[in-house]
Amino acid sequence: MEDLIFAAAKVMSVWLTVVFTLIVLPSVFGASLGISELYMRILVKTLEWATIRIQKGVKQEQAMALKNSASSGIIQRDETTMEKEIAGLHRVDFELSDVFYFSKKGIEAIVEDEVTQRFSSEELVSWNLLTRTNVNFQYISLRLTVVWVLGVLIRYCLLLPLRVTLAAIGIVSMIVGTTLVGQLPNSKENRPQKGGICVANHTSPIDVLILTNDGCYAMVGQAHGGLMGLIQRSTVKACPHVWFERSEMKDRHLVTKRLREHIADKNKLPILIFPEGTCINNTSVMMFKKGSFEIGGTIYPVAIKYDPQFGDAFWNSSKYDIVSYLLRIMTSWAIVCNVWYMPPMVREEGEDAVQFANRVKSAIARQGGLTELSWDGGLKRAKVKDTFKEQQQKNYSKMIVGNGSTGNPTMGAE
Amino acid sequence: RHAAATPHSLAGALEQGKPQTPLPDGSSRTGLKRLESQTQPLGKYDLQGIGELAVNPLGDRIINAFFKEGEDLTDFRSFIRVLAHFRPVEEGKSNETGRPEPMNSRLRKLQFAFQLYDQDSDGKISRDEMLQVLRLMVGIQVTDEQLVCIAERTIQEADQDGDGAISFEEFSVEKLNVEQRMSLRLLK
Repeated sequence: MEDLIFAAAKVMSVWLTVVFTLIVLPSVFGASLGISELYMRILVKTLEWATIRIQKGVKQEQAMALKNSASSGIIQRDETTMEKEIAGLHRVDFELSDVFYFSKKGIEAIVEDEVTQRFSSEELVSWNLLTRTNVNFQYISLRLTVVWVLGVLIRYCLLLPLRVTLAAIGIVSMIVGTTLVGQLPNSKENRPQKGGICVANHTSPIDVLILTNDGCYAMVGQAHGGLMGLIQRSTVKACPHVWFERSEMKDRHLVTKRLREHIADKNKLPILIFPEGTCINNTSVMMFKKGSFEIGGTIYPVAIKYDPQFGDAFWNSSKYDIVSYLLRIMTSWAIVCNVWYMPPMVREEGEDAVQFANRVKSAIARQGGLTELSWDGGLKRAKVKDTFKEQQQKNYSKMIVGNGSTGNPTMGAE
Repeated sequence: RHAAATPHSLAGALEQGKPQTPLPDGSSRTGLKRLESQTQPLGKYDLQGIGELAVNPLGDRIINAFFKEGEDLTDFRSFIRVLAHFRPVEEGKSNETGRPEPMNSRLRKLQFAFQLYDQDSDGKISRDEMLQVLRLMVGIQVTDEQLVCIAERTIQEADQDGDGAISFEEFSVEKLNVEQRMSLRLLK
């Protein structure tokens, strides 16, 4: 029995030493041993091989169909607007067949919903040997299955313990040594400055890790419970952050006031805000809430794009909680992402908060290669506003009434 | 909410089951059966959750077209049957007598549109039913008098047997380009 404990202790100490020397120490000093790069090269080669095997195994037409459905959907949306369709029929007033347009649009929405699509994880064109992305693929060959089993072993028995160890070390040292957190000087070009606001598109809590890797920020966000809450409370000890209850956030004036106070104090770190308000699956950027853009100050936009080939970073918080999410992340191959720091933007004369928000959103979407949607991220949880419907109704009314020919010239359109 | 499948996953299931021919109208027994067993009932609430549908002025009526009178759930087969109306019409298929009318024929598409008006299913669009649809499409933008004007003029022009309402035959007369306006375009 003693021998067993001895052996276990020995293994643990060896393991910890290896981890410390190879990973923790170099990263503390900012150096790199090149292990990550080597790992990534091997990974890319393996995935390419796997893709080729799959393509051989699947019939050609099927592969093409899968490719299409993954990237652009099943139907080709008819982009003609109401005006064009009705004008094309050469008349200017109501016809019984006007319902055709709305029916078709409605059915298109049912078959392929632009919005809820964004809230489920991106479908990959080729499989990256993780079961969770295995939506479209069936059993292909024995060799592939063997590689997959090997992959599972590597991910769960090597990568997972490794990452858990690192996380444990990280969290413990953070909680114990929060008073020691230094303030890095921000002299790099385009990095957000003190008294500024940094906005970025949101995919997962990892966005925060990545940005803070490169600079110090004050966070704004929803106060969570559990492990996340513990982490949040300890960050506050080091430098001021602004954590909200989600119910408090409904009181927009209170929020704006707190944020204004924060940036007015030139000693405080730049605020990091995700104006979408929730995690999106990284194929598009949704509506930016205007609140962050009403505060004033300089906005530093940042675009973040994850490479989905190695692991899916998207956190569907209505489906997974933080721990199962972390488990998924730690058993993925890797999380690879591109971060672009963009030149600062300021609200221009005569531009209101909404227009400013849209301008920043377009810039971020363009930089990151994401599509732009004007839908509200809150649709993940709530229903849509009526203003969009009213807009459609307005357009339609203008057409059937605004052009006269109601038969009664004394009545004008509204 | 958890119990029912989302429309998107259903559409996705559609693709998986038959990668070459989406929207089956019963043409492949095994494919359809497998999908049926995989999916759970679809509720009105799920369709109402689609943003684009919620802002469609006729959104509610379109949703109701999928459900039987007074029911809140539908199964996969019935759901597909309604979607099948919007399948594009294939070129060159002649109207073979003796076969049942295909779901995506011109007639069926017109019937779908007619049904959006004719809520009491009496086979006629009354002036009130027309006013209801008009009101849905224009919202608050137009006055009652103007709408009544429009409705009465439309009935006057279309009504041929003089009963003050529009029957299906009167509705179907001369509707331009039904096949294209009431079909989805599927990607190959």
